[in-house]
Amino acid sequence: MSLSVSFLITVCLAGLGYVLAIRRAVAVSGGDIRTLAALPRQYGLNTVLGILIPSTVILLVAGLNGGGGSAGTILMIVAGVTFAGSLLRISPTQRARTEAERWIKLILMAASLIAILTTVGIVFSMLFETRNFFHQYKWSDFYFSTEWAPNFRGNSSLGIIPLLWGTLYISFIALLFAVPIGLFAAIYLSEYASRRMRNIAKPAIEILAGIPTIVYGLFALITVGPFLRDYFAVPMGFGDSASSVMTAGLVMGIMLIPFVSSLSDDIINAVPQTMRDGSLGLGATKSETIRQVVIPAALPGIVGAVLLATSRAIGETMIVVLGAGAAARLSLNPFEAMTTVTVKIVSQLTGDTDFASPETLVAFALGLTLFVITLALNVLALIIVRKYREQYE
Amino acid sequence: MTQKSLLTVDARTKRRNAAEKRFKAYGLGAICVAMVALVILLTSVVSTGSSAFQQTYVTVSVPLRADKLDKSGVRDLDVMKKVTTIGYTRVLEDAMTMAVKDLGLTTTLSDKDIGRMISKEAAATVRDAVLANPDLIGTSEEFELLMNGRIDGYFKGRVTMESAALDNNTSPQELQLAQELADIGVVDTKFNWAFFTAPDASDQRPEAAGLGVAILGSLYMMVVVLVLALPIGVAASIYLEEFAPKNRWTDVIEVNISNLAAVPSIVYGILGLAIFINFMEFNQSSPLVGGLVLTLMTLPTIIISTRAALKSVPPSIRDAALGVGASKMQSVFHHVLPLAAPGILTGTIIGLAQALGETAPLLLIGMVAFVREYPAAYTADAGLFGEASTALPVQVFNWTQRADPGFVERASGAIITLLIFLLIMNAIAIYLRRKFERRW
Repeated sequence: MSLSVSFLITVCLAGLGYVLAIRRAVAVSGGDIRTLAALPRQYGLNTVLGILIPSTVILLVAGLNGGGGSAGTILMIVAGVTFAGSLLRISPTQRARTEAERWIKLILMAASLIAILTTVGIVFSMLFETRNFFHQYKWSDFYFSTEWAPNFRGNSSLGIIPLLWGTLYISFIALLFAVPIGLFAAIYLSEYASRRMRNIAKPAIEILAGIPTIVYGLFALITVGPFLRDYFAVPMGFGDSASSVMTAGLVMGIMLIPFVSSLSDDIINAVPQTMRDGSLGLGATKSETIRQVVIPAALPGIVGAVLLATSRAIGETMIVVLGAGAAARLSLNPFEAMTTVTVKIVSQLTGDTDFASPETLVAFALGLTLFVITLALNVLALIIVRKYREQYE
Repeated sequence: MTQKSLLTVDARTKRRNAAEKRFKAYGLGAICVAMVALVILLTSVVSTGSSAFQQTYVTVSVPLRADKLDKSGVRDLDVMKKVTTIGYTRVLEDAMTMAVKDLGLTTTLSDKDIGRMISKEAAATVRDAVLANPDLIGTSEEFELLMNGRIDGYFKGRVTMESAALDNNTSPQELQLAQELADIGVVDTKFNWAFFTAPDASDQRPEAAGLGVAILGSLYMMVVVLVLALPIGVAASIYLEEFAPKNRWTDVIEVNISNLAAVPSIVYGILGLAIFINFMEFNQSSPLVGGLVLTLMTLPTIIISTRAALKSVPPSIRDAALGVGASKMQSVFHHVLPLAAPGILTGTIIGLAQALGETAPLLLIGMVAFVREYPAAYTADAGLFGEASTALPVQVFNWTQRADPGFVERASGAIITLLIFLLIMNAIAIYLRRKFERRW
């Protein structure tokens, strides 16, 4: 019997079980439901859950294994046994509410496990293919070679260094732009701005955070890129490429402003007012208070925010795909097109892919490297922010 | 010691006050830079994209002659299908030349050049109309047909006489003729409904490209995300917030969730490719896989906001429920959850908006493919949401990769459409928050 048909039957069986369980509960109560340990519908609910949960588990397991063979029959047997079992167990002393809630708690627990499963899935899917990649390509060449020249006829050079360089260079420019602006905006909004100004400026900056990255990418492609080329790169003799490190960095910087500013805003607000009052009481001006008391007190948190922004910048894809170019290059010129780890993941995994060739598998190694770097930054940032929070609680 | 008056400001105080003013100006400057960036971003997209909502059409009477379109004369559909769009292109060429002559316009253009002023898509439009109603053959039917992308660009200001002179696909004479036709009223620019309903078109015909398939694909994915992410996210949050014991194990889950929220989105694409497509063998480019990937991506967002909403319900509510004999589970489901619902809803909508705009993971699971068929929600072959599709943001990316400059306008127009959807979703979220927000 096919899996979907038997599951459909199981669902019907559960519906039938609900009605029958209520009837049986009323029957065993001898006409007075006050003698029951739970309400009749709780007996019904317990029956439904008792049938559906084991069957769903079997469905999922069988589904993952391809769903062939006797899975449908097993499912039917389990449904039948649980159906009969739950109904026969009904008695006035059975604590149906507690039992039903135990099932529900199991569901809730399973849902929270999905988050763990996702992480496990991410790590394993990449580890597996990365291992395949390193069977075909020396890991030392991957991590230490400075040449990236994939060639689908084989014999490619797949060194990560130029990609990492592009990634870090673009992220650096983005942060150079976003951190001062975001930080100053946060300081102004939390320390100086009037209520009205705050009510207008804060949501406006947050609009920037809600704009999808593809929009920033298009902005880089059609506006910022040509502008930088025509007014900076060409007159200053830095080359004539519209897609460049500067284009991607600048646009990514705009994207990161609200990220930095809202995180720093929270952190600055968490600095106790007494510290400000103490400093102002001693005669410091407002800006002196901010520079010498508030910022040093908030520094760990701000560092955490910057680390989170860095991890965002490193993992950003669409802006660099559309703004940075595709040429892997080790150069210092910010007006030259360079490429990043994320761009290469996209280009190696779209179009014709052959999951046996190192040119495709390299994307998984790149992905794993990216994941590890961002994970390290995130964990570090989380630890710093947590420590800092405890300090003032 | 010299006497100093409190009323005259000394040099040091002046310096300190100046520093204060400077510092404040930096802050204001930073906010202004952010605002200016926002304004430039939006105006640049709107100014290049708004013309995508207009389209130039020509109204022309096409003689559908039987000797060209159905030589056999039996009106058999299978025979008529043998006349390809190339055959219809000739018919349109004749119709256009005749129309120009009838209107008394003179031009040095060859018939072929007059014919190419009409979009290549127009032949397919006429062919579909004829195949749908074979009785049209032998009559003269009036059609409203798309103009070529260059002519369309001329009426929108994208193509000029100078640029046309350098372009192999058009010429100043063609633009001149188009202008004369427009003066008579045969050529007209109208609101472009087809942009929202038509499927994508090939590289040669930006004028026919639309967002129909992409909007449908995005809609399907949002359904998948909503159906999966909301219950799972809420269930996980309830467990973590209300039931989980505070031990190392739950600590791991918590750190894990805040980490997942910061994992680069492209990593989810790799996960989708490896697990859902290569391992579980779901269909490539299907909204199902896209929806699953986006579900995993939005789950942390939904969990974080749901937990905040649950946390904001005061413990007295729970205590009161427990006090009158409710079980822990009943207190949560009957009392805490309804009170936290507005917050959960707001968080879910914001998570959905995030998922709607996400591009990178969808590129990896093959949603960049060129899809012209509207995907069905369910087919026996492909299953639920299993047919190939694209999505709004991916369509934008797709169009930016095409050579014809007409696609830049289309991409920007698609972005405007996307932003309008996001605006609506966020407005709903803000409205719900305002309406149901409760301070305890």
